[in-house]
Amino acid sequence: MALVKPDLQVDIGNLHLQNPVMTASGTFGYGEEFASIVDLSRLGAIVVKGISVVPRVGNSPPRVAETACGMLNAIGLENVGVERFVSEKLPYLRNVNVPVVVNILGDTTEEYQDLASQLNDIPEVAAIEVNISCPNVKKGGVAFGTDPEMAQTVTRTVRENCSKPIIVKLSPNVTDITVIAKAVEDAGADAVSLINTILGMAINTGRRRPVLANVVGGLSGPAIKPIALRMVWQAANAVNIPIVGIGGICSAQDAVEFLLAGASAIQVGTANFINPRVTEEVIDGIREYLIGQKMESVQECIGALKV
Amino acid sequence: MESFQEKSEIIKVEQLTDDVIRLTLHSQAIAKATLPGQFVMIKVSGGHDPLLRRPFSLHRTDGKETVQILYKVLGRGTKILSEFCAGQKLDIVGPLGHGFTIKKDKPTCLVGGGMGIAPLLFLADTMLNSLEPQNIIVLLGAQTKAELEPLAGGFEKLGLVVETATDDGSLGHHGFVIDLMDKFETDPSREMYACGPYPMMRAVARKSEILGWNCQVSLETMMACGLAACLGCAYPRKYGSGYVHVCKDGPVFDSEEVLWL
Repeated sequence: MALVKPDLQVDIGNLHLQNPVMTASGTFGYGEEFASIVDLSRLGAIVVKGISVVPRVGNSPPRVAETACGMLNAIGLENVGVERFVSEKLPYLRNVNVPVVVNILGDTTEEYQDLASQLNDIPEVAAIEVNISCPNVKKGGVAFGTDPEMAQTVTRTVRENCSKPIIVKLSPNVTDITVIAKAVEDAGADAVSLINTILGMAINTGRRRPVLANVVGGLSGPAIKPIALRMVWQAANAVNIPIVGIGGICSAQDAVEFLLAGASAIQVGTANFINPRVTEEVIDGIREYLIGQKMESVQECIGALKV
Repeated sequence: MESFQEKSEIIKVEQLTDDVIRLTLHSQAIAKATLPGQFVMIKVSGGHDPLLRRPFSLHRTDGKETVQILYKVLGRGTKILSEFCAGQKLDIVGPLGHGFTIKKDKPTCLVGGGMGIAPLLFLADTMLNSLEPQNIIVLLGAQTKAELEPLAGGFEKLGLVVETATDDGSLGHHGFVIDLMDKFETDPSREMYACGPYPMMRAVARKSEILGWNCQVSLETMMACGLAACLGCAYPRKYGSGYVHVCKDGPVFDSEEVLWL
């Protein structure tokens, strides 16, 4: 029996998605940047650029460097701040019929608390992604993401101040991803998303200087996919909450690998820079895969890896 | 601003010198939408390495079906691009960015260096709709005569007078293109439009400031997306804190907007 339309719907806690394909924070702006190329309403969700309590100007340039099958970035969380996000960026997204996930970041637990409670009152915000894993800021950021107790404290703080679904975005720059994943699960996270970028570096030999002004930056792109896949698989075996797989996804084939490894949804990141239409291609490709595998629903694919 | 992602067929590949190439692409949507000073992002590899698209300013368009880019083979990306032949297709995103603002009826000076000359031809062509040719001064510089001559030819065909400078003295003034501005110092205020390497842009900006002329500069920087999503192409602002972004706020800026380092 040929299936014309396999069911692509997934749920991440109380966050309902028409398909498992989301955009990764920091790679899709505030959505509007891609509107002339991508049909935004087809996406599972849009995860916007990370938002802080006050605007941040970001790091000095150079901020990006190309590496083999990947790129390094040290943007430094440049963003317009929560106030301007709500007044200037969110109104556009209101008219796009797609869930908006707001990525939040802070230097202190109080800042996460402030952001969580402010966004909790805004109906257009479908869910919160808590960024405890950016490697490019000196304070907070990755420190929260590499210490299980701090990760737990931040997660609990957001949980207590926000009734919306909470996804905690994990750093790969840890020895054992399952420890952090379990810690944030215990603290009340509805889901975890992983991985954020891997700390890396590039050197200009002629100048004998680092390529990035920040010296180190986050590695992303297809180069990191095998690491991301391994971590998603490990985390899926360790926690009971849904997992959102991220890391080097450039095609439907890549996305399906993450679903098989146990991710309930995926985020496309760096690939948006290279092929702005990639998210739509991934959605179409997942559907074709399910048809080819005679699966009626994407649910049959999630965690279906035979080991 | 509307941008498009197209699979554009290469109509013509012209080898202007050993390492300077002009590509003509069939790209209807971009040809119709683009303005002088805007750019496109081109994927040169079908695979993951090199990963990122490469930015190219638009050299010319017929406004209907074709666009041209002009580039020098310098790094891996342009080396791969140089191996493409007519009939092949390139994945191209554009038009992108904020281009030149043409000041109608105002005497004008175009200053281009090396491959920075590329967008100025499109600009000159468009300008002639609203400016008399005698009101446009074109100052062009490059390393050698071999490189500069084919580029200057495009402006001459438009009926414009071109002053040239080369690093080795093989054509025109022996020295910097900026030196050519000296003999126009006593002119009434002109609008400057400049594109070239960073040190040249800085020099043009300073010279314009001394003369009290308004100056538009096209800047270049490493960028990953061209869509204002990655925020990688930051340039420090002159006033206030923070950065402008070359892909969206630029590539063309008023020289007073950015901090010259």
